Amino acid sequence: MLKSRVRWLLFVLVLVCAQAAIGQASSPSSTSAAEDRLVKLEQQAADAKGSADNAWMLMSSALVLMMTGPGLALFYGGLVRKKNVLSTMMQSFALMALVTVLWAIVGYSLAFGSGGSFIGGIQHLFLRGVGAQPEAAYAATIPQQTFMVYQLMFAIITPALITGAFAERMKFSAMVLFMTLWSFIVYDPMAHMVWGKNGLLNAALGGRFPTLDFAGGTVVHVTSGVSALVCALYLGRRLGYPKEPMPPHSVVLSFIGACMLWVGWFGFNAGSALSAGALATSAFVATHFAAAAAVVGWSGAEWIRNGKPSALGAISGAVAGLVAITPAAGFVGPMAALAIGLFAGIFCYMMVAKVKAKFGYDDSLDAFGVHGAGGTIGALLTGVFASSAINPILKDPQGNTVASGLIEGNAHQLLNQFIGVAIAWILAIVGTIVILKIVDVTIGLRVSDDHEIQGLDLTQHGEEGYYWEMQV
Amino acid sequence: MTKVEAVIQSFKLDAVKEALHEIGVEGMTVLEARGHGRQKGHTEFYRGREYTVDLIPKIKLEMVLADGMVDKAVQAIILAARTGKIGDGKIFLTRVDEAIRIRNDERGEGAL
Repeated sequence: MLKSRVRWLLFVLVLVCAQAAIGQASSPSSTSAAEDRLVKLEQQAADAKGSADNAWMLMSSALVLMMTGPGLALFYGGLVRKKNVLSTMMQSFALMALVTVLWAIVGYSLAFGSGGSFIGGIQHLFLRGVGAQPEAAYAATIPQQTFMVYQLMFAIITPALITGAFAERMKFSAMVLFMTLWSFIVYDPMAHMVWGKNGLLNAALGGRFPTLDFAGGTVVHVTSGVSALVCALYLGRRLGYPKEPMPPHSVVLSFIGACMLWVGWFGFNAGSALSAGALATSAFVATHFAAAAAVVGWSGAEWIRNGKPSALGAISGAVAGLVAITPAAGFVGPMAALAIGLFAGIFCYMMVAKVKAKFGYDDSLDAFGVHGAGGTIGALLTGVFASSAINPILKDPQGNTVASGLIEGNAHQLLNQFIGVAIAWILAIVGTIVILKIVDVTIGLRVSDDHEIQGLDLTQHGEEGYYWEMQV
Repeated sequence: MTKVEAVIQSFKLDAVKEALHEIGVEGMTVLEARGHGRQKGHTEFYRGREYTVDLIPKIKLEMVLADGMVDKAVQAIILAARTGKIGDGKIFLTRVDEAIRIRNDERGEGAL
């Protein structure tokens, strides 16, 4: 009995030892386990980076939306007369809704679908195929849906900037039709040319004329600013301009709006790194430094010329600097950013204070003087100051990094910047004239003289911004 | 009865009110007003554009007084509101035919 038990025990022992021996000897299976763990680890690291990038990009998307509402709405709302405050704010807000719907149905596909040199395709109509999977050509670490919603915020603020030029005199219905057409005819093609796959001006994806535009100097500010000038010229001046005084009804509102624009612009520019790494930091720093230098530039110029540095001047200077650094943000260091900002502050001040008065056009809230002029010189100065040490974006056919800007020795880039700016100007001028003509002959652009005198709040929206009836 | 209307510098309101209370003026109506006399306005600059602001914010006080009070009140206002600079404002006196207290239909100086 006992003997048979011992024998049984021995047998089990042998089995266990054998198994252990086999386990030790079979090295292939242990390697594959290690490899599995490595693959898993790499996946986890990629996931972690993806989550970090995604967090920053969602945050940035929200910041850019905040630039339109309430940022731009307050900035512009304060600059108009009391009777037009709501209609002006409403234009920005309405675009937050209108452009979003257009973007979902067709806009994103036209701008970022793969297509030709000038416009994208139709494969993303109704956001088909835009989900959690990254689109590696644009941003390899975030869901394409994040990229899509981030770009949407740019598509919203760009037309909203134009509203400053035709403030206080355009019908709301005309604004809606104009902006719908403008999104398709001007914005989507321009965004595709500069940032889309196969785009004519795309510097990162092999465009014919690689134009450096980090966050939208040409796409956002030149197109909106130049279209704004065309609108101001086509619609004509406000009744009474320039004889009748039309000072801002509340620089306080504008002040709050401008501060929100400054903060929101970190999402606009640093977010354009499309990731949360060192490039985002570099763009963040450049953005801030340019804004600060532009305040110094504008306020200094104003102080010398008028004897006083005004609050409106300081905040306008900040916006001018932010506009000018937009194309350069991810390509230049802090010192170049200071130079660009300082120059932009002085230049834009001269544009709104001298050039506008000289030519007599009524760019009511200076959408051209700040965005058109600031965007243009910013895009050109990007070709001067861009540094491959900050962002090695330009490569030779062998894949080696080459010099970026004029100072680094790439004079040719300045020519490419000129081409990019020229295309943006031409597209904006031609597109806007055509659209204005269409809207003019179909529903008419301007409100009647009576309505303009009463104010757009009452005549377009049936309400007043400041309703002060005697209350008990 | 006499109506005293005084247009004064906005920042002098407290001093004038105080001075009138001291001599026994019991009621007044205060309005925020805009206007100019020979002082004219000032210029403001918005984005390089010059605006002339010729209607300057002022305070207008109105009170109807028994005739015996009028000279004292005028003196009190002048003393309190004067800075000696242009823009100090003006006082106007008008005869008033009747005063009526809505609560009890009382009439004349007793209604003041």
